[in-house]
Amino acid sequence: MDLLYMVLFAVVVLLGLLGGVTYAILFERKVIGWMQIRNGPNRHGPWGLFQTIADVLKLLMKEDIIPAAADRKIFVLAPILAFAPSFTVFAVLSWSDTLYAADLNIGVLYFLGVSSMTMLGVLMGGWSSNNKYSLLGSIRGVAQMVSYEIPLVLSVLGVVILSGTMNLRGIVQYQDDIGMWFIIPQFLGFVIYLISAIAELNRSPFDLPEAESELVSGYHTEYSGFRYAFFMLAEYTYAIAISAFATTLFLGGWLGPAFLPGIVWFILKMCIFMFIWFWLRATLPRARVDHLMQFGWKVLIPLALLNIVITAVIKVWMGW
Amino acid sequence: MSIKTETMTLNMGPQHPSTHGVFRLLVEVDGETITKAEPVMGYLHRGSEKLAENFLYTQFIPYTDRLDYLNAMTNNYVYCAAIEKLLEWEIPERADYLRVIVMELNRIASHLVWWGTYLLDIGALSPFLYAFRDRDICLDLLNEISGARMTFNYIRIGGVKWDAPEGWVDKVKEKVKELRENIAEYDTLVTGNEIFQARTIGVGKLTKEQVINWGISGPLARASGVNIDIRKEEPYSIYDRFDFNIPTREEGDVFARYKVRIAEMYESLKIIEQACEQIDEGEIIHKKGARIMMIKPPAGEAYTRAEASKGEIGVYAVSNGKNKPYRIKLRRPSFVNVSILQDLLIGENIQNLVAIFGSLDIVLGEVDA
Amino acid sequence: MSQEVLDIIVKKITEQKGDEAIEEAKLNFDEPMIILDTKNWDVKTAKLLRDDPALAFDFLSCITGVDYEEHMEVVYNFFSTTKKHSMYVKVKTTREKPSVTSVESLWKSADYMERETYDLFGIDFPGHWNLRRILLQDDWEGHPLRKDYVTDKKALGLD
Repeated sequence: MDLLYMVLFAVVVLLGLLGGVTYAILFERKVIGWMQIRNGPNRHGPWGLFQTIADVLKLLMKEDIIPAAADRKIFVLAPILAFAPSFTVFAVLSWSDTLYAADLNIGVLYFLGVSSMTMLGVLMGGWSSNNKYSLLGSIRGVAQMVSYEIPLVLSVLGVVILSGTMNLRGIVQYQDDIGMWFIIPQFLGFVIYLISAIAELNRSPFDLPEAESELVSGYHTEYSGFRYAFFMLAEYTYAIAISAFATTLFLGGWLGPAFLPGIVWFILKMCIFMFIWFWLRATLPRARVDHLMQFGWKVLIPLALLNIVITAVIKVWMGW
Repeated sequence: MSIKTETMTLNMGPQHPSTHGVFRLLVEVDGETITKAEPVMGYLHRGSEKLAENFLYTQFIPYTDRLDYLNAMTNNYVYCAAIEKLLEWEIPERADYLRVIVMELNRIASHLVWWGTYLLDIGALSPFLYAFRDRDICLDLLNEISGARMTFNYIRIGGVKWDAPEGWVDKVKEKVKELRENIAEYDTLVTGNEIFQARTIGVGKLTKEQVINWGISGPLARASGVNIDIRKEEPYSIYDRFDFNIPTREEGDVFARYKVRIAEMYESLKIIEQACEQIDEGEIIHKKGARIMMIKPPAGEAYTRAEASKGEIGVYAVSNGKNKPYRIKLRRPSFVNVSILQDLLIGENIQNLVAIFGSLDIVLGEVDA
Repeated sequence: MSQEVLDIIVKKITEQKGDEAIEEAKLNFDEPMIILDTKNWDVKTAKLLRDDPALAFDFLSCITGVDYEEHMEVVYNFFSTTKKHSMYVKVKTTREKPSVTSVESLWKSADYMERETYDLFGIDFPGHWNLRRILLQDDWEGHPLRKDYVTDKKALGLD
């Protein structure tokens, strides 16, 4: 019975995610369109609502091309390996007070551990394509993701210290108890998280692994059709996961005035978090690899460590 | 113990998003450092100079549109000016004013395209669309007077083809104000941006000596402190009647080139404004200019140069007294400017490649002729 | 002004090469122009034009090849960024074995322009470091801007 429930829940979440990704892409295109004084997609369906669906259908109908010189097995495996972990992390996310899959007491650890596996997909995809641009893209991607994983984890630690639990539901409940979202006592942590998340997701201005003006399209240059769609799906799923994680940790999860149900609050906060990314993407040029690395190691990590120290001091002395 | 290392050859292009056309760059990299760079071109070669020998003088004008298609007015002008030099014709004053207005409008359009695409090269998406919106203002004005948006074929031997439509000059005056505001907005959006400055300041430095020795001209040269602008050196057309500055900077890096081009747009606006004030009614073409079969410059040869948005554009015209040119040589600024890549990229980090390449502002139609 | 520049040029070159060196010196549309034979045009003369303080032609604007059917010419257009004057140098060479000393070592801008002239006219530039075709493909036959070049319309798919 449990197993059936689990499978059922997973399927529901997957379907919800597919819908979510579809409209996240539309949301991004619309927002960026308006920022660039144009309309964005508006041909398919009212307000362009079916645009992404049409795009996906097109991708699914395309010929499946695998370059002759590619390492076939790894080439095929890479998109799946990129998608699987970013989907698996949804197990511990709690959408509202009652809507959740697993109440894991090491939820934070699980999320960080599993999500860092997506970089394997990037590495394998770039390596197996047997293309210099893909390889450069994946090398950049892995270096960047490994480097920014550290400040990301460190910024989360502040929250864990304050709440004294690694259970994601516990963290939200703690915020309910003290009557304050963690974004206020952990503002520094939030900013570090926001920046490292952008780098972790390869989004502009840190979109070096797929910088189209330099590397054509980075690690997925050689991919087409549904395999390419898989990479895109993985990217947006992971984006949704990261913003859901941020909502849980810093923005009080499903908490909010009672006139709207918890899940609506949750999704609204996620949207605001994602909107910031789109906004940055429409505004900023791309950073350079060495600047990016310097910024990660010399600025973000010391800041994150400082944040931990301050948090620990507050915790011990003020007895929060 | 020594570690065995290998250099890697990276083939950029002919199909690559940042070459802005079909251009190939063979780079050899040792780790991240470029040790050799070899531009390969000619993919767009159409034999313009050969074609010229088979046309009447006037018939070749449309072909000059297709050299630097972003700045076609100056190309038209310099070709016509070369023939007029051989013919020793006096150009009606109104035609000269119209020429200056359209050339400067076109220069702004060209610099805006550079501004947008360059920022696209270094990863900022929105400026591209803003730039093209304003470029459209310029192109609409040019379209109204010439009937085409890019390949104008407007300036003719002896004058210009069409007079300005009614109210056009006033419209230009109005749009100049709008353009000035918008360009100032772009300045605030991009110039102060930390990431942008980190990517451009100190990158791709060209010294004064390098510039002169390699024959570099235009904004590229002026960003390295070489103060040459043919509009001031040997004022052609009626440029000596306007009050404008030649923006120069000493740094010679990518950021300096950016600043010079932005400042140049303001100067062009100034020239347009003055020209719109001074322009008078009158003839628009030399009385013999419309009879194209009759254009037969006396035997002789002359080199004529003008300041295009990319640098010095020149035409060496040889006439043997017949109604077809004996030889037309086109000195294309992009073709000469691009040769510096062989020298400029050596020792640079590969991440700067796109940032440097884009800052040269080359147009492949012009490189390949 | 231009006449004075022309006089200086003629004086300096005759000092270096003798009276016979310059075939013709005149003003062409108010700019000095000298005509030389290819045997009198070498790196030393070019260096004189560039380095002499009174001339200082440091900027090479344009190199043009012209096929005059009885002979060939390479025209150099120089400009001085310090003195703000310009000049033409026309170098005559035979049609059978056209050859003009390269000035690529003095003005790097000659690098591509000489390659282009070689590509389209088949004029040899001894002293150039990398004289290969530049605009046409490497296995192109003939030099299209020569007056006796026959366009093979069939090969181009035009006929």
